[in-house]
Amino acid sequence: MRMRSLVPILYILFLMLPIYWLVAMSFKTTNEILSGFSLFPQTWTFDNYIEIFTDPTWYWGYINSIIYVTLNTVISVTVALPAAYAFSRYSFVGDKHLFFWLLTNRMAPAAVFALPFFQLYSAVGLFDTHLAVALAHCLFNIPLAVWILEGFMSGVPKELDETAYVDGYSFPRFFMTIFLPAIKSGVGVAAFFCFMFSWVEMLLSKTLTAVEAKPIAAVMTRTASSAGYELGLLAAAGTLTIIPGAIVIYFVRNYIAKGFALGRV
Amino acid sequence: MKTQNQRAWLFVLPVLFLVAFNALIPMMTVVNYSVQETFGDNLFFWEGLRWFEEVLRSERFHNALGRQFFFTFMILIIEVPLGVAIALAMPRKGPWVPVCLVLMALPMLIPWNVVGAMWNIFTLPDIGLLGYFLNHVVGISYDMTQDPVAAWVTIIVMDVWHWTSLVVLLAYAGLVSIPNAYYQAAEIDGASNWAVFRFIQLPKMKTVLTIAVLLRFMDSFNIYTEPFVLTGGGPGNSTTLLSIDLVKIALGQFDLGPAAAMSLIYFAITLFASWLFYTVMTKDDNKA
Repeated sequence: MRMRSLVPILYILFLMLPIYWLVAMSFKTTNEILSGFSLFPQTWTFDNYIEIFTDPTWYWGYINSIIYVTLNTVISVTVALPAAYAFSRYSFVGDKHLFFWLLTNRMAPAAVFALPFFQLYSAVGLFDTHLAVALAHCLFNIPLAVWILEGFMSGVPKELDETAYVDGYSFPRFFMTIFLPAIKSGVGVAAFFCFMFSWVEMLLSKTLTAVEAKPIAAVMTRTASSAGYELGLLAAAGTLTIIPGAIVIYFVRNYIAKGFALGRV
Repeated sequence: MKTQNQRAWLFVLPVLFLVAFNALIPMMTVVNYSVQETFGDNLFFWEGLRWFEEVLRSERFHNALGRQFFFTFMILIIEVPLGVAIALAMPRKGPWVPVCLVLMALPMLIPWNVVGAMWNIFTLPDIGLLGYFLNHVVGISYDMTQDPVAAWVTIIVMDVWHWTSLVVLLAYAGLVSIPNAYYQAAEIDGASNWAVFRFIQLPKMKTVLTIAVLLRFMDSFNIYTEPFVLTGGGPGNSTTLLSIDLVKIALGQFDLGPAAAMSLIYFAITLFASWLFYTVMTKDDNKA
């Protein structure tokens, strides 16, 4: 039993090492980083973080990323809700094909779509807006949200719908006041995964933006190449990108196992 | 029994519209490029299937595809058994379970380019924790930017670090759904640990493991950002995976025709392999 509990501990240790190193580097001065190896920062410095929080290019990168991720999560979950309801409750012509077609979009390599996406969003005049990235990320997040929500909705007995109609509820009222609260953990899990995949995706968000909606990823690469290789600054920027994910995951910690338990990701 | 209701299409319409906008229009653009030659100025000439032939015959494509299959194969045979083993070793309940799950899920929530940058910092020969440890404590010379073997080991370990947790979480969710009565029955029968795993735990995990294998296949086959940031496809072309090569051709050399043909072949392979995995892994369900 002792030996067994060692396995997850060792695994978590392995996961934490690179993260620790990133955080440790972010508190070191450039001199210390270049002068040699040290396991802990010898002279703690907050300069890297101060630079990020005082330079608009940097902090706007974060704000831009958070704006399009939030926008994408809201759009994906909102349109996925009625669709998932239709898939879980009704059978209609072509439903299975449609469901499968939605899922194939999860398989498309983002690299395949980078250039056509650039042209498409330039053509409709949305290039370099938050909305462009939010809509582009719908490609893989909507199928995901539909898949997750359909699983949760299928777990709700159909009698709930029928009872509500007998009681004289209209469909919108039933959906908002009875059905939605019944699947709220599903909405949470779906929103979590939309947030996650939109937050971590970088190829499309970089391709679709230039200045106004530039995500943090693009700021990181451009700064790294233009101002020499400032490892401390890069590490601080990287550390800050871990925080939103950590906050979101803390809120859904009790649902994660359940969301996965449905066998849907 | 589901109700027949054609008006359900109205519910699906917004999803259909948004996904079609993002999927069909770019796909048609790619198809369009794949059969034409361009000399700039929006001048296009019909080329038929020339680009497809060229890509399928080119050694460069074969090499990238070979590397891609090798990478995905390594990822699947390492991450899936490792993830299942870790899930089996996890406690079923207790105050530490949510803490473990949150810590394990953390790597999946880090932006992909940051994952690459983080591993770069981690493996720098004289500055990084791992690089310093290997070079100066263990005493093997390790430099990812010079040695193709080191580069390969690093991108595989990085992906194991990044995505094994997905398999752990899925397998763990499958395990906790097994009722205790199954284990009690096994104990009465005097079943060995292996028998419990083979006849109780593995069958119960089958659905989630199918999903884990499928997701890991799709995502590792389409991987771009992390290895690109870490190695840039180097040293030489040794870690130039399919997506990296594709972006090089499309955006680097602006050879739109060949890049488009390659995109379609690439997508077709992903689709076909996913379908194959799915069919093979769910074959027994259909018989039963």
